[in-house]
Amino acid sequence: MEYLYIILSEIYKILFLLIPILVSVALIVWFDRRVWGLVQKRRGPNVVGPFGLFQTLADALKYIFKEIIIPASANKVIFILAPIVTMTLALIAWAVIPFSETFILSNINVGILYIFAISSLGVYGIIMGGWASNSKYPFLGSIRSAAQMISYEVSIGIIIVNVLLCVGSLNLKDIVLAQQKIWFIIPLFPMFVIFFISALAETNRPPFDLPEAEAELVAGYQTEYSGMMYAMFWLGEYANILLMCALGSVLFLGGWLSPINLFPFNLLPPAIWMILKILLLFLLFALIKAIVPRYRYDQLMRLGWKVFLPFSLFWVILTASFLYYFDMLPNNI
Amino acid sequence: MKLNRILKTVFLLEFLKSLTIAIKEIFKSKKTINYPFEKGKISPRFRGEHALRRYPNGEERCIACKLCEAVCPAQAITIESEARKDGSRKTTRYDIDMVKCIYCGLCEESCPVDAIVQGPNFEFSTETKEELYYNKEKLLDNGDRWEQILAENIKADSPYR
Repeated sequence: MEYLYIILSEIYKILFLLIPILVSVALIVWFDRRVWGLVQKRRGPNVVGPFGLFQTLADALKYIFKEIIIPASANKVIFILAPIVTMTLALIAWAVIPFSETFILSNINVGILYIFAISSLGVYGIIMGGWASNSKYPFLGSIRSAAQMISYEVSIGIIIVNVLLCVGSLNLKDIVLAQQKIWFIIPLFPMFVIFFISALAETNRPPFDLPEAEAELVAGYQTEYSGMMYAMFWLGEYANILLMCALGSVLFLGGWLSPINLFPFNLLPPAIWMILKILLLFLLFALIKAIVPRYRYDQLMRLGWKVFLPFSLFWVILTASFLYYFDMLPNNI
Repeated sequence: MKLNRILKTVFLLEFLKSLTIAIKEIFKSKKTINYPFEKGKISPRFRGEHALRRYPNGEERCIACKLCEAVCPAQAITIESEARKDGSRKTTRYDIDMVKCIYCGLCEESCPVDAIVQGPNFEFSTETKEELYYNKEKLLDNGDRWEQILAENIKADSPYR
């Protein structure tokens, strides 16, 4: 009976986080398409519901009722598993994202490592989908995606090391609290830019949307998917984008902290500040989708390995020596 | 020159420029129309859905000369006719296969009495193919429904014919 109570209360907490995230993923898809349209002087989706807000809901409903086609030569089990893996991994990473000092689903000490591990696993969903489809375009798309995500994961890892050097803790809550004096975006601005660009590559957004480059690869690893399975890939992708925005705001933009701890700013609840920061980063994601052409594959690899990786490594050394020289290393290491 | 380019790349200058342009574009007026709620302007010559017109006294204009049937490049029109008791020749059958039709407007041009016309309506999609095999009733009904606009369009276009 006691265990049951614990399980039920945990489920309640999980749903309290999960349902808002799914709803916000739906809204963010609308937001993305709308911004994209507005930049191109189109109107974007504006028919379903007020300002077209329910467009994603209508799309999801359509996907639910569509037939799921499994290719005859596909590996059925892996084919079905792939979107499930993608979506699950995109959602479970949210468990450690802090929305305020108290509202964290699980405040684990190695939060950043956890997120890093989960987002590395994310590539499996795509590889499984591409491989199990047993068809050319999905295979090429998934190979590209795997190479891309692994490359940029490395540079993201080293960027995170920069932040961790300044904080001295892997706990996301501590990372945010360490930014009370100054947000890390100011001392580590170049790292923020590189983090942002790597996040674009990590989530397969333009200009790094090579895995699903529709001009060359039809739809990349999603080519053979239809109906709800496609929708799950799609939801997972956007949940991942939101996660990257959340991570960016936790690492660099001071998470739930208000910009200035003064009267009019600290009236807003911390969670609202967090959401505003996520939205700001997502707005950048959406704007960039509208203005950039796609990278060539070799350019992508060159940027990841030859530019970002050495530069962020150099910056790690710079940060470390600066902190050491001025005796500003966090006390607990 | 080269240094300039390196600086541009490192500081993402071109990128920032395009970002500001993108933000400016958001607030500019839209180039598209809000389609189902507002529609673009249509020329009086627009060749849309067909209609058979009537004279103001309710008599059909069509005299079954079959010029439209002859001129139709897609052979979408089928006409059968017989003489009526008052001696006038009228159609007993006037079918247009809207699936075959290429909307060239030759039928309208060939018609000596402005009976068959192509109206401004372009939203006549159906759920089955059969509904697009228009017969005489359907065409006359179209004519009755659109008569006002059709007459105006013919009048507006008459100086150029």
